[in-house]
Amino acid sequence: MSEINHHLNDAMLMAYASGNLPEGFSLVVATHISLCDDCRARLESFEAVGGAMIGECENIDMSEDALAATFALIDADGDVAEAPRISAMDAVFPSPLQDYVGGDLDNVAWKSIGGGVKQAVLETAPDSSVRLLSIPAGAAMPDHTHRGTEMTLVLKGAFSDEDGRFARGDVEIADEELHHTPIAEDGEDCICLAATDAPLRFKGIIPRLAKTFIGI
Amino acid sequence: MLQSVREQGGKADPPSYGEVNHEHRAQNGSRVRRLTNSANDDWAALVKRVHLEKDRTAFAAIFEHFAPRVKAFLIRSGSGPSVAEECTQEVMATLWQKAHLFDPSRASVSTWIYTIARNKKIDVLRRQRRPEPEDLPWGPEQEPDLADVVTLQQESDRLAKALADLPEKQRILIEKAYFGELSHSEIAEETGLPLGTIKSRIRLALERLRHAMK
Repeated sequence: MSEINHHLNDAMLMAYASGNLPEGFSLVVATHISLCDDCRARLESFEAVGGAMIGECENIDMSEDALAATFALIDADGDVAEAPRISAMDAVFPSPLQDYVGGDLDNVAWKSIGGGVKQAVLETAPDSSVRLLSIPAGAAMPDHTHRGTEMTLVLKGAFSDEDGRFARGDVEIADEELHHTPIAEDGEDCICLAATDAPLRFKGIIPRLAKTFIGI
Repeated sequence: MLQSVREQGGKADPPSYGEVNHEHRAQNGSRVRRLTNSANDDWAALVKRVHLEKDRTAFAAIFEHFAPRVKAFLIRSGSGPSVAEECTQEVMATLWQKAHLFDPSRASVSTWIYTIARNKKIDVLRRQRRPEPEDLPWGPEQEPDLADVVTLQQESDRLAKALADLPEKQRILIEKAYFGELSHSEIAEETGLPLGTIKSRIRLALERLRHAMK
């Protein structure tokens, strides 16, 4: 596990632990945690808060045949224990991301959005959007500002912006005040997973046209 | 309201904890009765029996204690009573099916059940997919250290008490967050919850697990 310098904040972890984070952000969180044991430990301690909460709930009686009905469910499903979800050692994408892509990096259905930048929008519920981005080595990400929150997780290569250097596993959380211009490092293309809870607003006429076509 | 956190934390079985336990003491055989009133690390032992022996008595004891709480949690989260009943049965069935993935050096049984109930809530009430991190299972050869398990279960009890002792204003905010009344942007970036100790224990357990996986 390589060293990770940019982590999730408490708000994201608590919202994820409580099951109230939009799906696109949840995918970024789950993917980061698959790479980061520090944030996994923090998440699991927020889940322990949930465990205490469930103890706090008063008891509400189950129906009389509830236990029998539950054993019926168990028997209907058979004894097949679910296999643990673990990605291969050399995989670029951890399991949660592979579930959305339908495979690893080689299986991504990229679409060019100009300047050598490629993206693949992943299907989620409409309260957030999430996509994979591929930025050519040395190139800048399309200039954009955003409303709401944006999370960007690096999976391969690295980028730098006003907040520092971001390599595999690092996650940047930006709000509307941050106007950033990530630039991919020389050497290899930078592959990121980026989620927003508001549509991106690209600056300039050409990206705006692209937006109409691509639907981001 | 947080009174029952203490009960669930499982300090032996003081008789003052309310009528529910008394009632079911009267109804049940001695084995189940003893188990139902046991401490957090004993719940972990019951899950282990479900996993290794497919022990239905152990499962019934877990069910009796936790199912009514899961149902209450789902109702508090916005579910109607009949959906909550059905979902709770599914949550408990999932516990049976995933018993082999429970790691008592990282979570108490109530925490683990909470995560299953939360996922059910997202699936049924919010109708969204739930992206989950990769699993980190202990292999068949290795098992978590018993001392780690006991410590983690004790830390879970301590955390429950610490939460109960928080100033009311802060406690209400946390409840709101966990019952779905706050969005991520309404939660403070630093929550100030007393999670340092339990986090360190979990981190240690993860390190041992990584070591064992090599």
